[in-house]
Amino acid sequence: MATYTLISSNVLSSTAASVTFSAIPATYTDLVLRYSARCDAAVTERLAYIELNATASGISETYLMGDGASATSARATSQPFIGYLRVPGTSGTASTFSSGEFYIPSYTVSQNKPMSVFDVTERNNATAYILAEAVLWSNSAAITQIKFGLDGSGSLVSGSSFYLYGI
Amino acid sequence: MLGRRVQPSPFTESKDNMATTYEKIATTTLGTSATTITFSSIAASYTDLRLVIVQVGTYQDLQIRLNGDTGTNYSMTEIDGNGTAVASSRQTSVAQYDCSGGTAGTSGTSFPLFSTIDFFSYAGSTYKTMLSTKSLDMNGSGTTVRTVGLWRNTAAITSILLLLNNADNVGTTATIYGILKA
Repeated sequence: MATYTLISSNVLSSTAASVTFSAIPATYTDLVLRYSARCDAAVTERLAYIELNATASGISETYLMGDGASATSARATSQPFIGYLRVPGTSGTASTFSSGEFYIPSYTVSQNKPMSVFDVTERNNATAYILAEAVLWSNSAAITQIKFGLDGSGSLVSGSSFYLYGI
Repeated sequence: MLGRRVQPSPFTESKDNMATTYEKIATTTLGTSATTITFSSIAASYTDLRLVIVQVGTYQDLQIRLNGDTGTNYSMTEIDGNGTAVASSRQTSVAQYDCSGGTAGTSGTSFPLFSTIDFFSYAGSTYKTMLSTKSLDMNGSGTTVRTVGLWRNTAAITSILLLLNNADNVGTTATIYGILKA
């Protein structure tokens, strides 16, 4: 039995401000979003976010991050989005994309939902980031929509890819 | 000690054309509190195993023993962040694989603890390596942990004992997956 099933994918053939998976069925146990992203903003890296069910609320997060020189940890509460993700822009190393995995266990269970994010960039010449993040969404609703967007100006570029799996 | 033992479910042949690379072996959701969950009779037919567990209760913690081995054959190294500081620690020659570094969960079902544990080449004849993630955010406190573990034993892993260390955990869910041709 294939239990790791592709629900939907979006490999961009042109720029897009964001990518949204909606009408996610409740027929799986867990969800996994795997992505590779780059943007056209004139920055080294643009922060990015994930939003759940278009609620823009209820997110708290604790992260562990290394930049090749030091490690840090911080947290945020009462956030609208899952943050701290990074997407390379045009001022950084050419043709580099971030990679990430966003895992949601028991996404239909009627309780607050823990999640994890693993997000990395690598540029072969300067500071890059590896991010591990614990996320809590204080909401008992089943997750039916996931949106990935940039926290600032710019768009996701062609070749950015997003795959949503159900387990 | 209260415990829940889970036997693998029979496989169901796929009726579609999707490659079979990630299979659920067994799952359990605690309907009554238990301090342990055991997955036993694990077949050697996969490349790797992955355990996914969401814990609830007043003291969420997770340790693992393999094949019933209570000897001091486990070790681990972890890095964790608690929202203000980063730390790293290790344990050597201990009687269980401790993948619950950092802060323990403390608040019932409001702040579930999410963990994954990958068991690499679990049926091989070398010592066994494990890689764990722990994700616990409690809206103002919490921890993010990555742990690498070692079981100094060359036997294939056939059973996994989860030590939950709390007994008010109704709703805790654990699932073991087999990964083929990884």
